[in-house]
Amino acid sequence: MSVLEVSDLEVYYETESAPAQAVDGVSFSIEEGENLGIVGESGCGKTTLAKAIIGILPDEGYVNRGSIEFDGRDLTEMSEAERRRYKWEEISMIAQSAMNALDPVYTIHEQIVEAIETHRPGTGRTESNEIVAEMFDLVGLDPERADDYPHQFSGGMRQRAMIAMALALEPSLVLADEPTTALDVIMQDQILKRIGEIQSDINSSMMVITHDVSVVAETCDRVIVMYAGKIAEEGPVEEIFGNPYHPYTIGLKRAFPNIRQSDQDLLSIAGYPPELTDPPSGCRFAERCPIATDECRTVEPEAQQQGDLRTYCHYADEIDDGFRSRADDPETWEETEAARSTRSAAEVNN
Amino acid sequence: MSDAGSPDDSSENPLLRVEGLQKHFQVNEGLISSVLRAVTAKEADYVHAVDGVSFELEHGETLGLAGESGCGKTTTGMSLVKLHEPTDGRIEFKGMDLTEPDDEELAEFRQNSQMIFQDPFESLNPRMTVYDTLAEPLRIHDIANETARIRRALEFAELQPPDQYFDQYPHELSGGQRQRVAIARALVLDPDFIVADEPVSMLDVSLRAGVLSLMERMTEEFNLSVVYISHDLSLLRHMCDRLAIMYMGEIVEKGDTEDVIENPQHPYTRALINAVPVPDPNVGRERVELAGEVGDAIDVPSGCRFHGRCSEYIGEICKTESPPIEQKVEFDDDREVACHLYDSCQDGS
Repeated sequence: MSVLEVSDLEVYYETESAPAQAVDGVSFSIEEGENLGIVGESGCGKTTLAKAIIGILPDEGYVNRGSIEFDGRDLTEMSEAERRRYKWEEISMIAQSAMNALDPVYTIHEQIVEAIETHRPGTGRTESNEIVAEMFDLVGLDPERADDYPHQFSGGMRQRAMIAMALALEPSLVLADEPTTALDVIMQDQILKRIGEIQSDINSSMMVITHDVSVVAETCDRVIVMYAGKIAEEGPVEEIFGNPYHPYTIGLKRAFPNIRQSDQDLLSIAGYPPELTDPPSGCRFAERCPIATDECRTVEPEAQQQGDLRTYCHYADEIDDGFRSRADDPETWEETEAARSTRSAAEVNN
Repeated sequence: MSDAGSPDDSSENPLLRVEGLQKHFQVNEGLISSVLRAVTAKEADYVHAVDGVSFELEHGETLGLAGESGCGKTTTGMSLVKLHEPTDGRIEFKGMDLTEPDDEELAEFRQNSQMIFQDPFESLNPRMTVYDTLAEPLRIHDIANETARIRRALEFAELQPPDQYFDQYPHELSGGQRQRVAIARALVLDPDFIVADEPVSMLDVSLRAGVLSLMERMTEEFNLSVVYISHDLSLLRHMCDRLAIMYMGEIVEKGDTEDVIENPQHPYTRALINAVPVPDPNVGRERVELAGEVGDAIDVPSGCRFHGRCSEYIGEICKTESPPIEQKVEFDDDREVACHLYDSCQDGS
């Protein structure tokens, strides 16, 4: 059964000119116990998506259209007070920067207890204390240090405290926004392992938002690749990494060095994502795409089902007719419109 | 400016030789603390940021310095270009001792060594245009053909057309463009040696590969020697000829990049490499959980600094004797390891 069902969601931000279409027509669902990864570069809408789901969009952000159904109820239709009940109890979030997410004037213990007692009014102090101690133990923190203030913790410890807090009420859905980006590899590895263990204990689903494709490859069942507010490709993690159809997925995969491979020819995706206040009418990736045609620049691609993959590319059907090998070759990426426009500007100058 | 030594000294000397580099920072340097110390007759505490690092860097070679936050890799890098004055140890640049350089030697070194910092939002002066940012080092070193050199450096950094960038301020540029300006600034003096501290970690994924390939091109075309500092081993494997792994201010293993990554020998190197996630869901990865956290850099652990967390702890010797970094009889590559598990080549022969 789906825990979360997002349909045709549009999240816009007010700007001085036109609204920025940060999330534009995104539909997906998360099953019970499933881990869904969201990858993409900065500004692709991945964090906005999480904020819209948990209901902490900034003042200038709003849901323009679409629904977010959690447990059969549409969160976008609820009043603020009603939503607050879901926040943390049912849907919690591990924020990217634990330093900013924790309140510096309260001890870690007080902050977790506050969350527990707000949502479960009947909980006695002894029971809350037990939960805190148990959570500390689970994330590998010494329960004796629960009475410390956030500044007394190292970065890794704060991130673990944040995770303890997010999981203390055993929510059905955890939104993890770059949960380990600020950490060193060894700490990252331990924390990902812990999250996995706790998650299987309480059988919660998780949405992992990150730019790091290797973290997603290791922790997620399914992946959504986002580009400029839209889904580019979605499917099981093995398919996305093993046999992707969208040129952006192929490019992103090749842009990362892999520790297990020597002598890799890295590929660079020239150019920048389009202005979201005035997105192009065709495929949003066309300008940076090595296989783009005139059709791509004018007609927006519909979803195409390729086995288990859902791909938003006009040429997904024909990918094996030479398109895949072209998209996998760093040299063709030097011939994209974005790459050429940088160069032609140079020639004019000379 | 003429070369300091005879033309053939490059064949004898490595570009850079570092011996026993140490950098300690005093804790609580303030007035009250020092008065208190005087009253209580307590000795000052020091953070042992870098504690005896030695290596050589050949002409045209790229060396990666890897390790977790706080292992001293950035302090080492900053000491190499003399942004920190080392507490102890010796740095030789083209055979020239940099411990107490005279003005001329220092000027020559400053012109030949450059640093690229992690955060291009902070490393560029927000009140200076791109042109002035690049012109400043040229003016300091009194180098002619300012505009032509700046144009060439910007072109090389793929900031095209260069004239268009001359009057721009950092806030008008994207992160990727800023880092390219920082690279152009480092290259404008035509240096021999560059320290690049996490050059792409602040950049967006799609832009990283572009900046990395620019840096590869830079190393090749200018025949540069580069020390890359990063916590990202996948990146270092891609960029570096040789690799040195640091833990708590010391190098624990160094050698050819491929050897170190494919076949790590120090228990810490193994844990570090094992913790790197792999962007392939079909590759299983053995997870080694490392006990505890990095030790105290003020009151450093005795013996091997890693002994409290080490999975291969072999007894008292690890606690009492600090293992020197040296070649071991077990390995026939040019690897050096600081660990009691292996036998020193010197004892064996």
